[in-house]
Amino acid sequence: MDFLNLFEPKTMAVVGVSLTNDRHPANIIYKKNYFRYPMKVYAVNPKGGMYYKEKIYKSVKDIPEKIDLVVIAIRAEYVPSVLSECIECWVGGAAIISGGFAESGRGDLKKKLLEVVKKADFPIIGPNCLGIYSPDSVDSFFLPSERMVRPESGNVAIVSQSGGILVDQMVKFAGQGIGLSRAISIGNKAVVNELDLLTFFARDDKTDVIAFYIEGFGPGEGREFAQAASRFPKPIIVMKGGQSTAGSRVVLSHTASMAGDYTVFSSIMRQFGLVEAKNEYEMLSFCESLSCYPNPINGRVGIVTASGGHGAIAVDICDRSGLEVPLLQRKTQNRIREKLSASIQPIASLGNPLDLTGSARDDDFVIAASELSHLEEIDCVLVLLLPYLPEVTTDVGARLSQLYQEVKKPIVAYVPHVEKYRMIIEGFQLNNVPVARSIEGAILMVEAMKRYKPC
Amino acid sequence: MLNKEILGIIKDSNKTGWVLEPDAKKIFRIAGFEIPRNTLASSADDAVSFANKTGYPVVAKVVSPKILHKSDIGGVEVGIEDDNKLKDTFNRFSKMEGFVGLFVEEMVKGTELIIGTKIDKQFGPVVLLGIGGIGVEIYNDTAIRMAPIKKKDVKLMIEELKAKKIIEGFRGSKPVNIEKLSGILVKFSELAVELENKIESIDLNPIKCNGSKCVIADARIILKH
Repeated sequence: MDFLNLFEPKTMAVVGVSLTNDRHPANIIYKKNYFRYPMKVYAVNPKGGMYYKEKIYKSVKDIPEKIDLVVIAIRAEYVPSVLSECIECWVGGAAIISGGFAESGRGDLKKKLLEVVKKADFPIIGPNCLGIYSPDSVDSFFLPSERMVRPESGNVAIVSQSGGILVDQMVKFAGQGIGLSRAISIGNKAVVNELDLLTFFARDDKTDVIAFYIEGFGPGEGREFAQAASRFPKPIIVMKGGQSTAGSRVVLSHTASMAGDYTVFSSIMRQFGLVEAKNEYEMLSFCESLSCYPNPINGRVGIVTASGGHGAIAVDICDRSGLEVPLLQRKTQNRIREKLSASIQPIASLGNPLDLTGSARDDDFVIAASELSHLEEIDCVLVLLLPYLPEVTTDVGARLSQLYQEVKKPIVAYVPHVEKYRMIIEGFQLNNVPVARSIEGAILMVEAMKRYKPC
Repeated sequence: MLNKEILGIIKDSNKTGWVLEPDAKKIFRIAGFEIPRNTLASSADDAVSFANKTGYPVVAKVVSPKILHKSDIGGVEVGIEDDNKLKDTFNRFSKMEGFVGLFVEEMVKGTELIIGTKIDKQFGPVVLLGIGGIGVEIYNDTAIRMAPIKKKDVKLMIEELKAKKIIEGFRGSKPVNIEKLSGILVKFSELAVELENKIESIDLNPIKCNGSKCVIADARIILKH
């Protein structure tokens, strides 16, 4: 299925716009697209009338133009007939916001819906979802514009079974400066599921990384997803909801008892080189890191810091995470030492971590990071910045990012995220170098590159 | 790997819901896996004559369609060294519910591992490798993969286990023949795929591996109901 029509529609219809309740989801969706997005948008309601000085069409069929995307927010029992009309007049696809299908015990309505669309191979996102958000193109979320936090346009796509988790991730993406290409809430995935979107995103120019929030796969769908993922050319991050084992179902064999649903999920994700995030924090760190560096590393880290304590904590976490912090050869250390500021030359310790001490200047950070970047035995440089030191300036983020652009060896930074240090943080973020708000977060970013294993 | 004989055994076991150990062993033997020399003795004398032919020590296990977890109720006796002990065991086990015979096997030495499969609803057949024995669920040291797998997967699975050092030989204990183990696990994973529609899960626990071979010491096949 090609979803480009749906994700970047030139024409759109919203079915269910109400003349009596302006807080109706369809009204919110209509207005936000009418005012903010470039497509032509039409309102539909069988009663007709006028809305914002525009005609309300009684049916999708009455709209005088071919429609790329129809967003449906009406009661479940009316959905199948609207879908028939959409198919009749060659609509590109639909997002069904409405709930009330299989999840509310109306399996019959879901069946009816499938009967209508299957023959026509008509793509449907949902039902029971928020639908599609593509920066600068479309927004079918029934959340008022002023309440939403919109991340910048970027290269990470999120696909989520839960609309709530999706919106939450968007808030966090914005806070962390991670750019979004598409956010798709697939809800009950009656037609379009994770696998279909995976296939689409493999070719989507705007997407370099895909993050999935998955609650569960249908029978056998997990297998197909894993197999498709193993051939996928871009990093995939997955987070699973519902990790605890359900109930006390009697299990007759040791294998069945030990290979619970989540254990199996997690093992198979690793088997096929996907990066599993255990929680939201990991999800965010992995997205940020892989959106900047979509290539795998072996996991040999060079650490630059100005505090022995930061270095020690970082080494401990690296060790727990299976990352190496190789000791630098004496002659390498000597070469680096000669280049550092005279004031820190006698006191810096350069074995790795490279502790430049509290007297370090911007130049020293850049020199140390540059030397590490050029070493064969290091795949990634971790810079633990202490912006409160007297000789560190607001330029340091941009300067270190510049180094990455020259050498192309991944750099990950840690800077405490408070307003005061914003320019340093943006110096990294705006130049495509990931910057974490904790040492642990920075090391998760390194780990993401190690865990990603393209087949 | 499946043939008429295997399918026949499975069909006959459907009413029990699982395959009795002697039959499960037969399935694996037919499929080309190594199992210990054994007999299903219906009298104490049968048991003794088998043991004298094979040589002591032997293992004796109760066979009963009512008893799935034999060791939980004391239905497994290992390291039997003489005729008297074997006869005692026969008499004791013969009083257990649903007794149909005593399964007597030669003792095989080796590291106890578990190899298993279950048919996962979302991912289909998966295989599991871990340190075996009755404490498997306590240690819970396992590596899981979607079946079928290749030999290179086995290497990574062993890599994931805390018991890796035991498999590779630890403090004087002999290393497991990794080549043999890999071969068996790959083949087992292929069998799991073939049995997808017939079974729920299989435990080979333990499978005993030493420097030269891997022998299935116990096999439990739970059928799909």
